[in-house]
Amino acid sequence: MASEPRLRARLGLRRGREEACFSLDVTLDFGPGLNVLFGPSGSGKTTILSALCGLLRPDHGSVVLAGRTLFEAAKGIDVPPQERRIALVFQSLALFPHLTALGNVGYGVPRGPPRAERLERCQVWLTRMRVAHLAQRYPNSFSGGEAQRVALARALASEPQALLLDEPFSALDHGLARELGAELLVYVSALALPVVLVTHDRVAARALGAELTFLRAGMVERVGPAEEILSERP
Amino acid sequence: MIDLEPLLLSFEVALLATCVASVLGIALAGVLALPRVWGRELIDAAITAPMVLPPTVLGYYLLVLLGRESVIGRGFEAVFGTPIVFSKGGAVIAAVIGALPLVAKAARAALEAVDVRLLGAAQTLGASPLRAFFSVSLPLARRGITAGMMLGFARALGDFGVTLMVAGNIPGQTRTASLAIYDAVLSGRDGDATRLSLIMTALAMAVLIGASTLSRQRRDGF
Repeated sequence: MASEPRLRARLGLRRGREEACFSLDVTLDFGPGLNVLFGPSGSGKTTILSALCGLLRPDHGSVVLAGRTLFEAAKGIDVPPQERRIALVFQSLALFPHLTALGNVGYGVPRGPPRAERLERCQVWLTRMRVAHLAQRYPNSFSGGEAQRVALARALASEPQALLLDEPFSALDHGLARELGAELLVYVSALALPVVLVTHDRVAARALGAELTFLRAGMVERVGPAEEILSERP
Repeated sequence: MIDLEPLLLSFEVALLATCVASVLGIALAGVLALPRVWGRELIDAAITAPMVLPPTVLGYYLLVLLGRESVIGRGFEAVFGTPIVFSKGGAVIAAVIGALPLVAKAARAALEAVDVRLLGAAQTLGASPLRAFFSVSLPLARRGITAGMMLGFARALGDFGVTLMVAGNIPGQTRTASLAIYDAVLSGRDGDATRLSLIMTALAMAVLIGASTLSRQRRDGF
């Protein structure tokens, strides 16, 4: 149990004042494999992802990944995002428009090995995501599904210790979403790192069938199997 | 036959000034684009002030700052053997003052237009803020920055007041095209003044059209 790479976090944050105030107060514990963070829009899902990967600084709390403390407000520890080894796939995907698919995937590949080897790794990831044919093309020519695959390849090629996916199905129709979800699960179980998938889509969340954290208004309402939690509330 | 020397000198001075103003302007714009900067608007105002201050004021400041009696002026003269003021270097500095606000303004606008999520993505992929700036911000802002550099070049090409104050009107050294026009008018050589003025106008128009074409392409991009 101790050797399991877990992503644990306590996050507390308050933004705005009075009626317009948004507050977040959650304790999260994600194990290896797929974890679904489910909740209506405005419940704080994206805020949580930003805080986990370090793009947003919570007011208090802590983030610990595989035994390494990435953030601890009380001790003033705040590891910058580039050293956290947490990859985030943005809802907008945020592919670099001035780089090819290969350039995008290569951006996060750790330095050190010779160039040829790093290039080879990029090709491997593009092939695994079944977008090897796009290597020399630019993101403005990708379809929604293709862009998604390239973004995922880019995230995984950076050799993260945790992977965060923000609404990965929002740009896709349900058929494609399910297909991609199934593929995702395959890679996720092979990688054995915590994957946190954020969605407000009840159908997708149920289809993924993983451990689910139900979020409402900045608080964790329930944690448990997706099937159980989502069947109670129509 | 028209005397080409002032035109060539203008080009040389403007080119050097554009290089200096670009490095300074992009660096300043990069600093201003950081999330937390103390006195952001004050820095911005200080860079922009040369656009609205009289050339005599700017020239006077530069004389006080760089003149032969100033600390910088003395130091420079001790090392290089020539004063900064009333030399080609003085003309370049005068032109930099004119070009800098145009480059910095354009660079700031272009850098701020870059999607912050792309910078967030770069960081989560392991890029330091400096690497993210050079590999994501700068390439995506390049059209806007290039347009600003072209405007800066056009401005540097035509500087008159500040150049006259700090560099004087030395043939072959600091007598740029705009100063040569002033000379020609004063000494009644209307033909020379007309020809030089028309050439300067044509150059300015060409640069403006080029710069606006670049800005337009940027909107059509991606």
